[in-house]
Amino acid sequence: MIKKFGIIIITTLTLTLNAYASSDGELLLKKNEPSEVKDCFEGVNRATFAFNQALDGIVFKPVASVYKKFPSPVKTGVSNSLDNLSNLVTIPNNILQGDLALAGINTGRFLINSTVGVLGIFDVAQTLGIIEYEKEDYGQSLAKAGVGPGCYIVLPVLGPSTARDTVASTVNFFGGDAWYNVTVRNDTHYFRDIDYYSSKVTGGVDFRAKNYDSIENLKENSIDFYASVKSLYLQDRQQKIANTKEITNTQNDSDWEEIENK
Amino acid sequence: MQIKKKYLFIFIYYFLITNIAYSIQPDVFVQSTVNRASKVLSENISKADKISELKKIALETVDIKGIGFYTLGSARKSLSDDQKDKYEKIFKQYFLKSFSSRLAEYTNPEIDVYGKEILNDNYTIVNSLLKGTNERPEVKIDWRIYTKNSENPLIRDLIIEGLSLARTQKEEFSSILNSNDGDINVLFKVLEDFINN
Repeated sequence: MIKKFGIIIITTLTLTLNAYASSDGELLLKKNEPSEVKDCFEGVNRATFAFNQALDGIVFKPVASVYKKFPSPVKTGVSNSLDNLSNLVTIPNNILQGDLALAGINTGRFLINSTVGVLGIFDVAQTLGIIEYEKEDYGQSLAKAGVGPGCYIVLPVLGPSTARDTVASTVNFFGGDAWYNVTVRNDTHYFRDIDYYSSKVTGGVDFRAKNYDSIENLKENSIDFYASVKSLYLQDRQQKIANTKEITNTQNDSDWEEIENK
Repeated sequence: MQIKKKYLFIFIYYFLITNIAYSIQPDVFVQSTVNRASKVLSENISKADKISELKKIALETVDIKGIGFYTLGSARKSLSDDQKDKYEKIFKQYFLKSFSSRLAEYTNPEIDVYGKEILNDNYTIVNSLLKGTNERPEVKIDWRIYTKNSENPLIRDLIIEGLSLARTQKEEFSSILNSNDGDINVLFKVLEDFINN
């Protein structure tokens, strides 16, 4: 029985790693090109977006406006500890994407920051010169394996996503997120459900506070705020999947060349 | 023959010198534009005056016409000449209002240019960093500079943390056109409403 499992795992890994080896960077970018992602449920999405906007006005915006006035060290500490927790999803995804070295580095980062860095409040790993942290998730791993984004979806409360990323995020609730396992699934009895949910809400407030002015500015100066948010989300996602900060990789120059001949 | 050669030499020398003298490096252009905008934003003048000054800077340094046609996407191909003229005028007003209102909210932003990447003869990407404050983290801003005329480089796009503003605007316009059967008059109306609001 164990032998059978071993064979299945090795075969799966080999097939997956082969898929990674053959996955072409350009194809990956093209597949996740924002203008190619269909808005199949636009009516429902716009309604959900309006609901999220209302929720933001009542809850997130007021809380974020207070939170952003907190002293920088407090906000940095909160941000660091949330990033530290996200390692628990990033590390398995480093492995799924075949990046074992990075999985090792992130494991080291998590151990150092959780202990010496006092539960992740201080980013000691960065001080030690460990390479910059990049979050990974199951949606990114599926994308790397060649799965396209599918339709654009706006989720209630959680905001913009795609069909692929929504499906992939459910892995978090079936053992894919160790933080969820020790809190909500209560694997250890050291944590409670509230610890998980409060970390998620704090993450939302932290994001809103960091982007407070940009969001307000965009809202005020957009002629279609829904379309702007969709475009920005999909551009960001494409960049994260490609793991590139080189903008020339994600910007299609031919669009600009075309106007030369208008 | 000797005199002709001498004149030719002087002409080539003069041409090279003037060309060098007037060619502006994209990174120097961005830093000087940013400095001009920062100066306006830190001045003790009303918001309306700031907006008016920022509009002047934008008119000199941004390729508004180019951005306008890029933003319109493939829809530009089906426009008549009259519609193109109308669009150009409306887009200019829309852009200046949107651009200056966005910037006017910032007080004394500190932007440092630290690098550039020449893509081709027409484009250079200039890299810069908007310094963080207590309320806002540091932001990476890249500038797409149109360098076809090296004496007069122009800004065509701002890429904030990898997210292109021109591309976002293009998809915004496309969304409006798609939801209205590609009717350009609806886009004109939406832009005019924004301008008059």
